[in-house]
Amino acid sequence: MKRIAALVSLSLLSGVVAAESVTVYSARNDQLVKPLFDAFSKETGIEVRTLTDKEGPLLEKLKAEGANTPADVLLTVDAGNLWAAANAGLLKPVQSATLAANIPAHLRDPGNQWFGLSVRARTMFYNKIKLKPSDLSTYEDLANVKWKGKLCLRTSKKVYNQSLVGMLIEENGEAKTEQIVKGWVANLATDPLPDDTKLLEAIAAGQCDVGIANTYYFGRLIEKKKDLPVGLFWANQQAGGVHVNISGAGVTRHAKNEKAAIRLIEWMSSEKAQNLVADINLEYPANPKVKPDPLVASWGTFKQNQINVNKAGENQVAATKLMDRAGYR
Amino acid sequence: MQASATPRHPALNYLPALLITLVTLLPVGVVLSSLLQPAGDVWQHLLDNLLLELTLNTLWLMLGVGAGSAILGVSLAWLTAACHFPGRRFFSWAMMLPLAMPTYVLAFTLIGLLEFTGPLQTWLRGFGDIGGFPNIRSRGGVILVMSLALYPYVYLLCRNAFLTQGRRLLEVAQSLGYSPRRGFWQLALPMARPWIVGGVSLVLMETLADFGTVATFNYDTFTTGIYKAWYAMFSLPAASQLASLLLLLALGLMLAELRLRRGRQYNAAGRGDPALPLLLTGWRAWLASAWCVLILSTAFLIPLAQLLIWAWQVAATDLDQRYLYFVGHSLLLAGLAALLITAASLVLAYLARNNRHWGMQLLTRLATLGYAVPGAVLAVGAFIPVAWLDNLLIDSLRPWLSNPPTQIIKGTLFAMLVAYMARFLAVGYQPVESALQRITPNQEYAARSLGVSGLSLLRRLHLPMLRGGLLTGLLLVFVDVMKEMPITLMTRPFGWDTLAIRVFEMTSEGEWQRAALPSVALVLVGLLPVILLMRNSEKT
Repeated sequence: MKRIAALVSLSLLSGVVAAESVTVYSARNDQLVKPLFDAFSKETGIEVRTLTDKEGPLLEKLKAEGANTPADVLLTVDAGNLWAAANAGLLKPVQSATLAANIPAHLRDPGNQWFGLSVRARTMFYNKIKLKPSDLSTYEDLANVKWKGKLCLRTSKKVYNQSLVGMLIEENGEAKTEQIVKGWVANLATDPLPDDTKLLEAIAAGQCDVGIANTYYFGRLIEKKKDLPVGLFWANQQAGGVHVNISGAGVTRHAKNEKAAIRLIEWMSSEKAQNLVADINLEYPANPKVKPDPLVASWGTFKQNQINVNKAGENQVAATKLMDRAGYR
Repeated sequence: MQASATPRHPALNYLPALLITLVTLLPVGVVLSSLLQPAGDVWQHLLDNLLLELTLNTLWLMLGVGAGSAILGVSLAWLTAACHFPGRRFFSWAMMLPLAMPTYVLAFTLIGLLEFTGPLQTWLRGFGDIGGFPNIRSRGGVILVMSLALYPYVYLLCRNAFLTQGRRLLEVAQSLGYSPRRGFWQLALPMARPWIVGGVSLVLMETLADFGTVATFNYDTFTTGIYKAWYAMFSLPAASQLASLLLLLALGLMLAELRLRRGRQYNAAGRGDPALPLLLTGWRAWLASAWCVLILSTAFLIPLAQLLIWAWQVAATDLDQRYLYFVGHSLLLAGLAALLITAASLVLAYLARNNRHWGMQLLTRLATLGYAVPGAVLAVGAFIPVAWLDNLLIDSLRPWLSNPPTQIIKGTLFAMLVAYMARFLAVGYQPVESALQRITPNQEYAARSLGVSGLSLLRRLHLPMLRGGLLTGLLLVFVDVMKEMPITLMTRPFGWDTLAIRVFEMTSEGEWQRAALPSVALVLVGLLPVILLMRNSEKT
């Protein structure tokens, strides 16, 4: 508690104190990033100030502040948001051998404006009483009429689904993807659900047999209720691989503390910090040298889709429109 | 109503009105400014695929929530203000409690209890097939939840009206042989019209602006359309065009409201003695109590119990000293905003009363438009001019400073309060303006003839008579600011977290159970002013 009080007073005095500091605009919430930044400050002596908000408003804030932004780092989830920030000219390229070594190529911006720091896998979940793993295969297969009245989906307004459909567009083209999404909608057991937790609970209660969700929501549920009759299935293993998205960070175009900002992102990608980054929310480390949390590791290894996550951003508008046309609400 | 006083310098009166209105119009204008840019294929896409559904959904929602909150608010206000039945004293303040419950929190808990996977349906399934169970995630469900959450606006304003109508009104009605029922429908209800209309229009503006609740239901309205165009399709122009449609609806509402009140005077009959309680007996009395219990349980007690259970489960790990800061910040912000906004409302309402020129009427109405704009949209609209001013200031300081600051106005409480004012002026204005209508022109003439005028008239005649309306305004703004999220997120200084911010932090990763702790704190802290106010209104 003393540390928090000290931090509050420090942040109030930050105009006066000359100690090295870095300011982060974060769409990841306080309880996820605080332990991480505390560890960074302890190790480096660099103070970290954070301001949290939703992704959209944070980008608008950066735009409005222009050259006078206090922000040095933008930290957010979903490649689509990072792509949008880079596209709006809010980030600057960073040449870092450390980041190039720690983060696989498909999890960072080809222009080096942002870097994935944890991996969020979006795969299929099924009711263990009603289905066997061998009944399942791919995202595309869920459009098959055999799943009529058995599928649960989360709302299309969530960026995770926009990214997933964006990846399907990249692999199958727009016309075929639209057929797939229309098939999904025709197979729905109930109206699209507001979040992944509700979706997993619906599968557990038998409202539907199968659905698509991010693995960490499953992890949170299973931690609380070990005997939940829900199984995880790694989708598209004989095809392109499981759709993955990231949480990631970039240095802002008008950063005042660029060196400290780069140091923070490099530190977050390092082997000693990656577990702090990923495990607290049961995500996968972006750095392949680091093992995930034991619970997460218990789900086995899987083939990730190797298409650059950047494409999720590029295809987001097309994906959103496509889902509207297909009647996916 | 004729002009009760002709000011000597009308232009001087316009200046404060213009200033206050500008605070609202600037953010709204910023949002609408990209209207002129071509929205191209995104707009065409919305037109082809979504617009009809969004419009119908929005209209249905307004119709349903308007009617629902009016029925709940008026019936409960009449019962607790004018009737006598078991538990009346308790219900008269308890029925206000749902005001402290944020609408999206009520939505989340009620859905959780009533949906397929919830405890009720799971329990019922234990006895066999329940295929016909109504789906809570439906149009009817969202209307029900929003009516339950928002009726206190109507209740509070309307109860004030019934209490101040004076007992002589009903005494006269009874002496003329009116039954209590006829007295209600033909006298009390029509005379309470400005309050009912004022309360319902607040509810409708809040409904138009709501995002959190409709998103929880996945019910598509103009607001979800705006978010989609802006954040999923990166098209500010298309979002602006949707926002302008939404504002047109809000303007239509205002015109309808003005029309509904035109040409009538709603002065108090006699002194504002509390209305004579109509004694309800037998099954009628118990029906009245049952109605209150039903509403209070679904809108407040059951969701609160659910929140408390969740909060209890996480309190051991999440509750710490920081909550003192959160509560302190919430109280300070809401208190300052309530004072500022109620004061501005008083100025506006007073100017509008003394200057019936259409220009002044329009100005004062426009000032309340911000309440119909979705919070996150208005937050951005308010931040852009502040950041622009900051950039101007910093750039002009640059030649003199080696290390210029990155913020001067932005990230200060001042900027926050101005943004709150742009959003919540309507909430302060409605009760204050309605209360002003209680003061007769004759009372003002009398005061003037005794040589009391100007500020002294305001202090000696108006303020004492406005006490109820001002308190209502203060309370509504206070509770609304406590619950507010997008503006607080966008404009707060570093390290300045509130209870609402804490709720956001927890819900942003879908951890609703953990959000229960700050939600409960929010509800409990919001209750204090509710109880204080009700005690006060009982005294008058």
